[in-house]
Amino acid sequence: MLRGAARTACVVVPALFLGVFFLWPVAAILGRGLGGDGLDRLVDLPGDAVFLRVAWFTVWQAAASTVLTLLVGLPVAHLLARHRFRGRRLLRSLTTVPFVLPTVVVAGAFTAVFDRFGLDEGTLRMRHTVWALLAAHVFFNVAIVVRTVGTAWEGLDPRLDEQARVLGAAPWTVFRLVTLPRLAPALAAAASLVFLFCVTSFGVILILGGPTRATLETEIWRHAVWRGDLGSATALAIVQLVAVLVMVAVSNRLQRRRAVAERGATASPARHPRPAVLAGGLGLLAVVQGVPVLVLVERSLAVGDGYSLRHYGALADRVNLLPVSALGALRNTIVFAVAATGMAVLVGGLASLVVVHGRRWLSRLFDLGLMLPLGASAVTLGFGMLIALDEPPLDLRSSRWLVPVAHALIGIPFVMRTVVPTLRRIDPRLREAAAVLGASPARVRREIDWPIAARALAVGAAFSAAVSIGEFGATSFLPRHPDRLTAPLALFRLLGTPGDLLRGQAMALAVVLMALTGAAVFVIEGRSARRATVRGDF
Amino acid sequence: MGLSVDAVSVAFGGAPVLHRCDLEVDAGEIVVLLGPSGCGKSTLLRTIAGLETPSTGRVRWDDDDLTATPVHERGFGLMFQDHALFPHRDVAGNVAFGLRIAGMARDLQAERVDRVLDLVGLPGFGGRTADTLSGGEAQRVALARSLAPGPRLLMLDEPLASLDRALRDRLITDLGVLLRRLGQAAVYVTHDHDEAFALADRIAVMDAGRIARCGTPAELWADPGTVAVARSLGHRNVVELDGDGRCPLGRLGDGPGIVLLRAEEITVEDRAGAGNASGRVTDQVFRHGRTVLTVDVGGVAIRCTTGRSWVVGETVHVSWPDGAVVALTG
Repeated sequence: MLRGAARTACVVVPALFLGVFFLWPVAAILGRGLGGDGLDRLVDLPGDAVFLRVAWFTVWQAAASTVLTLLVGLPVAHLLARHRFRGRRLLRSLTTVPFVLPTVVVAGAFTAVFDRFGLDEGTLRMRHTVWALLAAHVFFNVAIVVRTVGTAWEGLDPRLDEQARVLGAAPWTVFRLVTLPRLAPALAAAASLVFLFCVTSFGVILILGGPTRATLETEIWRHAVWRGDLGSATALAIVQLVAVLVMVAVSNRLQRRRAVAERGATASPARHPRPAVLAGGLGLLAVVQGVPVLVLVERSLAVGDGYSLRHYGALADRVNLLPVSALGALRNTIVFAVAATGMAVLVGGLASLVVVHGRRWLSRLFDLGLMLPLGASAVTLGFGMLIALDEPPLDLRSSRWLVPVAHALIGIPFVMRTVVPTLRRIDPRLREAAAVLGASPARVRREIDWPIAARALAVGAAFSAAVSIGEFGATSFLPRHPDRLTAPLALFRLLGTPGDLLRGQAMALAVVLMALTGAAVFVIEGRSARRATVRGDF
Repeated sequence: MGLSVDAVSVAFGGAPVLHRCDLEVDAGEIVVLLGPSGCGKSTLLRTIAGLETPSTGRVRWDDDDLTATPVHERGFGLMFQDHALFPHRDVAGNVAFGLRIAGMARDLQAERVDRVLDLVGLPGFGGRTADTLSGGEAQRVALARSLAPGPRLLMLDEPLASLDRALRDRLITDLGVLLRRLGQAAVYVTHDHDEAFALADRIAVMDAGRIARCGTPAELWADPGTVAVARSLGHRNVVELDGDGRCPLGRLGDGPGIVLLRAEEITVEDRAGAGNASGRVTDQVFRHGRTVLTVDVGGVAIRCTTGRSWVVGETVHVSWPDGAVVALTG
């Protein structure tokens, strides 16, 4: 479909971008870790008691988080998939908001909850316990279960369950014997994704876990940024890289097995939920997701015994702790987000064209290659850029583009995941109908493909903007020009310092960040709800 | 003059789908391509449209060779089975699409859209979005979209197959009236012989990638030529003859072969000794005011229609004039 220079640009631009800013840094990690004494360190790791403790904790906290997320997510998925009630769409959007909230904001919200209810005083020290981590991970990832499992559930033919009921099975038996087996592929896909996200979780663990609850991610950061021990950090990064690769492969496998819609699924009943089901689902969401958000807002307004907007006003003042005011940091974040989104849309859009219209091998290569940054942890990404792009031939240490580029790498997969399925789903007969009516191939692209793809691009742009606004893991590694501090980094420093005034300002900043990313979700939901053709694979 | 398809063959990945098909469509004529699914009729239509490329053969309009002309320059119209309306445009936007491509002025476009929507019986539907239309309405919009630019040939690919029977019967009548009023040349693909007879000036029956027979409905009905064509047209009484031209119904030929006994020519009587053969009624169905009987004559099931009702199990006597027996091949 594409010819000449346009075709070359579609292939070269994304390939260069990925090559220079992702593959080269990853290669730098591998080169440093596998060459010279790097290899010795790697070989010594299995005998290192600290490493084993960290690795074990990484795995089990992720497993526990996954189980808890499934337990909370399933009833909610059932409520949303099998019932019709007022506010259903809004509720679905609301459950998604936490998923795109910046990790630092979530850590802030849970800190607020502990402050508010006195859960971090005396014998009850919630902060820096594993419970704090688990709660935050459930808060984040419920959306994945609701989306993945809920969509599959809507695709199940309800007549099969009804048939089982008629044959004498009680509701619970029907669920166990008839519904659950058909949901299994979606459950496995959701679980593997949640597990992956919990293993690569960084900001939440760094802030809520404290120094004693270390995972591979936070250890890499501590070694690289805190101690300047790049050797140890590299060895850990390689372990993490391999582990993540394996998990992504498993997760992709499971995703592909995801059940296809059954016949008659469109005859889904427009049933009103029983009060107990509705109350149960809403109650779960309120406790798990609602309370932290509301308490965060409440804390940002609390001044002494009353309420005021004073903390918000203070965002404009520079505190000694930070090189710029919180407002200045927010400005930086927005500028970076605009630049990152622009790059992500451009590179992701071109790459999507190659995936959909390119030769088979090129299509598969791009599909896989540009998804890699999403799978690789943000920490690996940031660490790789830190060690690869700080010396000639490519010294970007002081470049203002470094942070937006890192954010764009993470945003590209989101753009592609909305655009590629949309382009693929365009019914070829629409193009044929247009051609028969006299439209030339170029005209067909302009009249059919472009208007449909543009909506998907907008959704992808909103996603990548949200990601950029909240990005913390990769950014925390990149050489920082003090004037270019981003809002999540500012929030991290504010949260780590005691004192009521700083805490209040932190809460206010967290609320602003939450509002910005939350707005992006509503753009996404509104856009994709309007046209079924535009919904991506989330 | 009009469309002529000349010895067109098409192969998909080496597998032949069409084999040397010939077809002529004159100006103002409606030709129906009839055949079972998989016989290649849709492929032939897509080849005429330019959506498939023939491996051999020519597609011509008048003296113009269109074989190498790209789809969008052929000036034909095509209507799909499930309408393929553009989801991102409203009804008026869909209907106006071909006019916009042709560069027609905006006010003229609007005028034409209104007129065509009137023509298909959907006045005032311009502002509706595609997803608010019923199946029948969506097909009417698709028809309007195809007709709006005034194509020299309109092609319809089983446009009514996904609609229910009552709607289909009504739309096929409306469609025939409309196309004849416009003098529109059309090729209509279907597997339903009732639709074919309701619409066609001529029917081309397809079988396994070939055009087996082409003619007016009356010609084909009277002399289908092959077993496959006879079955496609809805004939049921296809009987095999032995070496002497005999079968349980009597001697129907001079030697071995297959014959067709035309059901509408058969008379049924209960008078003993009358008729050419006797058999037992195994089934009767009341349809359109007449009774359709299945009579078992020595193991051969014969379908015939009568004016009165009978009793299942009753012995009856059937007879037919000489012209009712038609020889078939293969």
